[in-house]
Amino acid sequence: MAEITVREALNSALDEELARDRKVFIIGEEVGHYNGAYKVTQGLLDKYGDERLIDTPIAEEGFAAIGIGAALTGLRPIVEFMTWNFSLVALDQIVNNAAKLRSMSGGELTLPMVFRGPQGAGGALAAQHSQVFENYYTYVPGLKVICPSTPKDMKGLLKSAIRDDDPVIFIESEKMYNYKGEVPEEEYLIPIGEGEVKRNGEHISVVCWGMMLYPVMQAAEELVKDGIEIEIIDPRTLRPLDEPMIAESVKRTNRLLIVQEAWPNSSFGAYIASRMQKKVFDYLDAPIEILSAEDVPMPYSFPLEDAVLPSSAKVTAIVKRMLK
Amino acid sequence: MPKARTRKLLKFYEQMLLIRRFEEAAAKAYAGGKIKGFCHLYIGEESVAVGAIGALESNDYVIATYREHGHALAKGMQPNAIMAELFGKETGCSKGMGGSMHLFDKSVRFMGGHGIVGGHVAVATGLAFGSRYQRERAVTLCFLGEGAVTIGGFHEGLSMASLWKLPVVFIVENNLYSMGTPAYRHLAQPDITLRADGYGMPGHRIDGGDVMVVNETIKEAVNRARSDEGPSLIEVITYRYRGHSMSDPAKYRPEGELEAMKQKDPLLISSAQLLEDGITEEELKSMDENAKSIVSEAVDFAEQSPFPPISSLHKYTYVSA
Repeated sequence: MAEITVREALNSALDEELARDRKVFIIGEEVGHYNGAYKVTQGLLDKYGDERLIDTPIAEEGFAAIGIGAALTGLRPIVEFMTWNFSLVALDQIVNNAAKLRSMSGGELTLPMVFRGPQGAGGALAAQHSQVFENYYTYVPGLKVICPSTPKDMKGLLKSAIRDDDPVIFIESEKMYNYKGEVPEEEYLIPIGEGEVKRNGEHISVVCWGMMLYPVMQAAEELVKDGIEIEIIDPRTLRPLDEPMIAESVKRTNRLLIVQEAWPNSSFGAYIASRMQKKVFDYLDAPIEILSAEDVPMPYSFPLEDAVLPSSAKVTAIVKRMLK
Repeated sequence: MPKARTRKLLKFYEQMLLIRRFEEAAAKAYAGGKIKGFCHLYIGEESVAVGAIGALESNDYVIATYREHGHALAKGMQPNAIMAELFGKETGCSKGMGGSMHLFDKSVRFMGGHGIVGGHVAVATGLAFGSRYQRERAVTLCFLGEGAVTIGGFHEGLSMASLWKLPVVFIVENNLYSMGTPAYRHLAQPDITLRADGYGMPGHRIDGGDVMVVNETIKEAVNRARSDEGPSLIEVITYRYRGHSMSDPAKYRPEGELEAMKQKDPLLISSAQLLEDGITEEELKSMDENAKSIVSEAVDFAEQSPFPPISSLHKYTYVSA
């Protein structure tokens, strides 16, 4: 096991898959000569050349569509959005073409491709650059959505996403790129659709994904002082969702808190709550709760930004209330 | 034995006849409730798809709009499979999942059938990118309407196609109405080919009535694309006899316009040339009978085919769920 950053883990997944299969290429803004706006593609242009690291003009709809067209010819494009915020201008391509062409053609066409990039509050970036997108994309049949939280999961799942024959939305987090974690030295894959218990506990199940793992882990440390052991479930893949893993945990703890960086309305957290209400209602000793971001476009001012996001203090308070 | 040019025109005429009869049968089936939803007919515009696709090799790609029955036929898709798709049947080319606007057949490299105006333009650039990447020397023909040149996808698709000199030809089928809106009400600059200059590619405008002219013009652009000289933008002036879709009575057209346009019908122009070349009325008539019988067989096939079972509902959403 080596300790590497999320950025290095993603870079090594891309490197290994580019080396493994010539059909794989990367297209997006600043992915080549600039070595990636967030340096995720660092060094790949030197290694694989500008035939496989395609720098584009600023044209998200256009290069998303080019990825789609290339996938239709049998290639395995990785389309990088500098951040998911900019994917909104490519939404038509992702929703109407990537997600639907297989279905509309009765299985005639396949789109083995990945859309990836970071999302979330990056620190004082204001409303247009601080959003999360899992709610937009998990809504759409035809897409798979992955939102991992650790270097190990990032690498193993990105490799699986690149090898998958369906279009995959792969969501990283701007804040997380320098976070470190243990990653196996040997090659490995993590299957799409399998969650992981990140911490065992008996008193309450907390489901969280992506960036939210970190405040929840911190809350777990604090709650131990009060004798409270929380179980942390990280689904890693949101669509398809590992519902059995969440349900099994709730059956043991009898309580469920969902923590998401997203706004509360029409959210993925609410979907998990509805699924679990149906599956494990008889086991619940308290209403399912969801901790979301405040329902407001992200303000610039730093103390206000902190107040918008779920934090370990907020998690701690809710858990204590739910266990009363 | 007729000379080569006549043989080519005969082939094109045969394809145009097939498309005309196919569309007439589709209109009839629509009126009879056999075809539902949006159905956009190509009657009057046949020379554009036939002439342009006639300039291609078999491994070249075609991608088109929702008015694509004619392009699908010209690219070699089976009339039975297309008609069955329109009827929503399991034997349709898209298993009944796509309908009139979403015909696909990878085996002849017909890549749709796209319902969002301009949404397929940069996908065409991507097909060309894929061909180049795999060193196939295949060219992509992208058909779009003049209504698509005002949407962003057109701009982004042409920008990158030209930047990378990709092997793609963009064909604007200007049928004078963007749904019900004539050019002067949606284009500040009605000469669409001037836009080509902004992307650094050649632009040509031609009249689409003569299938041979369409063929020769597109052939030149295809050759250019295949020899890595980059894309072209070709505007072909044409006319649709029907409304935008089956639900549009096309009342926005000035009186007499349709009748005047019918004097320049692409089938009339080609049959006149063929008669001049020594082909007989009887030969043309028998070609028409043949087209009608192919179409009537397609209708029978579609009628007799089963609807997809409800159990197939989730079958095509993912390769592996």
